[in-house]
Amino acid sequence: MNRSICLAAVALLSVPGVFAQTLTRAQERAKAKAQNVPEIPYESVPNFLKLPKGLYLGEVVGVATNSKGHVFIYTRSYNTRLLEFDQTGKFVKEIGEGLYGFAFAHAVRIDPQDNIWAVDEGTNMIIKFSPEGKVLMVLGHRPESGEVPVTPGFGVEPPPAEPYTFNRQTDVAWDPQGDIFVSDGYGNSRVVKYDKNGRYITSAGSKGSEPGQLNIPHTLAADAKGNVYVGDRTNSRIQVFDNDLKLKTIYDNVGAPWAVCITPGPHQYLYSSNSNPDNNNSEIAAVTGEVYKMELDGTILGKFGKAGKQLGEFSTVHEMDCHSENEIYTAEINRWGIQKIELHPNK
Amino acid sequence: MRIFSSFAGAALAAGSLFAQAPEITFDSADFLKMPAHIYMGEAAGVATNSKGHIYVYTRTGDAFATTGTSRTFSHGGSRLFEFDQTGKYVGEFGQDSYGFLVAQSVRVDAEDNIWIVDKSSSLVVKFAPDGRVLMPMGRKPEAIFVGVRGGARGGGPGGAPAGGRGREGGPAPLPGAGAPGDLFNGPTDVAWDAQGDIFVSDGFGNARIAKFDKNGKYIKSWGSRGSEQGQFNNPRSLAVDAQGNVYVADKGNQRIQVFDNNGTFKTEITGAGAPAALCISPGSHPYLYASNSNEVNSLDNGEIYKMELDGKILGKFGRAGHALKEFGAVNEIDCRHPNELLVGELMNWRVQKITLH
Repeated sequence: MNRSICLAAVALLSVPGVFAQTLTRAQERAKAKAQNVPEIPYESVPNFLKLPKGLYLGEVVGVATNSKGHVFIYTRSYNTRLLEFDQTGKFVKEIGEGLYGFAFAHAVRIDPQDNIWAVDEGTNMIIKFSPEGKVLMVLGHRPESGEVPVTPGFGVEPPPAEPYTFNRQTDVAWDPQGDIFVSDGYGNSRVVKYDKNGRYITSAGSKGSEPGQLNIPHTLAADAKGNVYVGDRTNSRIQVFDNDLKLKTIYDNVGAPWAVCITPGPHQYLYSSNSNPDNNNSEIAAVTGEVYKMELDGTILGKFGKAGKQLGEFSTVHEMDCHSENEIYTAEINRWGIQKIELHPNK
Repeated sequence: MRIFSSFAGAALAAGSLFAQAPEITFDSADFLKMPAHIYMGEAAGVATNSKGHIYVYTRTGDAFATTGTSRTFSHGGSRLFEFDQTGKYVGEFGQDSYGFLVAQSVRVDAEDNIWIVDKSSSLVVKFAPDGRVLMPMGRKPEAIFVGVRGGARGGGPGGAPAGGRGREGGPAPLPGAGAPGDLFNGPTDVAWDAQGDIFVSDGFGNARIAKFDKNGKYIKSWGSRGSEQGQFNNPRSLAVDAQGNVYVADKGNQRIQVFDNNGTFKTEITGAGAPAALCISPGSHPYLYASNSNEVNSLDNGEIYKMELDGKILGKFGRAGHALKEFGAVNEIDCRHPNELLVGELMNWRVQKITLH
């Protein structure tokens, strides 16, 4: 008798959503392994961006700040567009209007010289702009019209990775020497290193889940020593490579790293977003959406946020900019906008 | 002795790998000034007119397709810009033109008319110096196939027709040549002889050279796909000398083939790599330049050769790369001035002005 009551209780508990503390198998997979992580108090600055009338953002997949605090937004709008705002959120200008390299935005980053790098997964190109918006260098090559690249997962194997051709690459980073690192990407499963003039040096990774293998390297960042932190999204881990792209270590307890960034300054921190899925799956969103703050060695210091549509909640964070330790910008696919997050760790 | 000589033969056959061409010292300037909000894109074609104005036919802007009831129609993706001799932007020709899809080359004839070659619309279009369309040649495929690379598709690059329209009663086309006639399939370049007769290298889809009179009337066509004399494997560029001889950059066969004005094979030039762009300078002592361009997915090769018209290599300069004085998939060279070349690059979205010393 006792036994059957007990079984009934277990059956009830396993119905999703009935009791919050019981997780479905999918939720178990998506939830970060880290336990008892302290919450960092934070706020989201309301109405930060002042959009001119008639200017609409679409899915905002990229956000980055330069040394002056200007905010660059890379968005999938009617066209893919790159927009610059000042540190108060006032619109400054558009960069790359109608650019041959723009088709489907993925990420934007600003290098130490304030050059703007746009990563476009629709053209398989990375475009380096001067701070004024002049094209300084392009990496990758847009397939000519009528030559649409193959998307893997539709029964077609992607072509072998080549040194200078990307297949839906996702992000870009630099070491202190200016060497360029590219996560590549949805089609290829590798990280590529180029010198500052875009000459191929080496690459690492193949598709898989073994250490050093990658399954959608979606984001990456480099620290001041030139180590490279790769958000290996589908494998739900951050893999850390040294400057020659030799695997150093793996952090697998912060969920699926959709977006990573590393703060500037003498004491660098690593932030990683375990973003809720872009298909608005509410089952998974219930256990994801938070952002982790870590030491570079992987020690978790805290976390903040959860999935949701309201101010201060996260709607599929796709890229983060660590302007400073306590000033983080999030580009969110399902917000069609960004948030400026101010952390108050000592409150 | 016998062994030695076959070694020497192998070295010669390997061409640029072993050629001891002297390095020509040079400088470069990235001197074209784009207006704000206009971006260069892939500088496929570059040419100058008699006043030194510079035309750039470039793959830029947004290529797009309109879905029709049962077919898909392609638009845009290339623009034709004009600059003055100092690099100042003058203006644009052919805005929203029906034929501007994937820029391949631009040339300026002796009367300063501007001719563009588009590999995807398979058109050669002649513009007057004031920008009016004087003569389109070939025809843009009405519809394009939109699908994945490597999948089923109709026609050649960009959905161009598989070959030119056959002429009634004419000879059967040779394999890969495309039908002799007016229609191109991925044309690559245009040139003229002293009489104004027009030569078109054709190209990506076909493997032939077509000759027209100055009014655009088809005269003849020669070549087919292959590696024999008179055959082509991606004829990527061509130039005509003052005697009317036709120099064809037979890129896939790593040679330049020289024909007389009627298409009779004269000789072939090797040792300059796989030429993707050719030009012949004017004047009493003309020179032949050929670019052993890198592909867009590599930084191998990339040097440009300077030659006598008989193929004697005088020197070479440059290598593949992104920096200034490096070349990124050179697609066209202008050599109106033999020691001041303009080089259009696909990979680096730029035109460099090269000064040879």
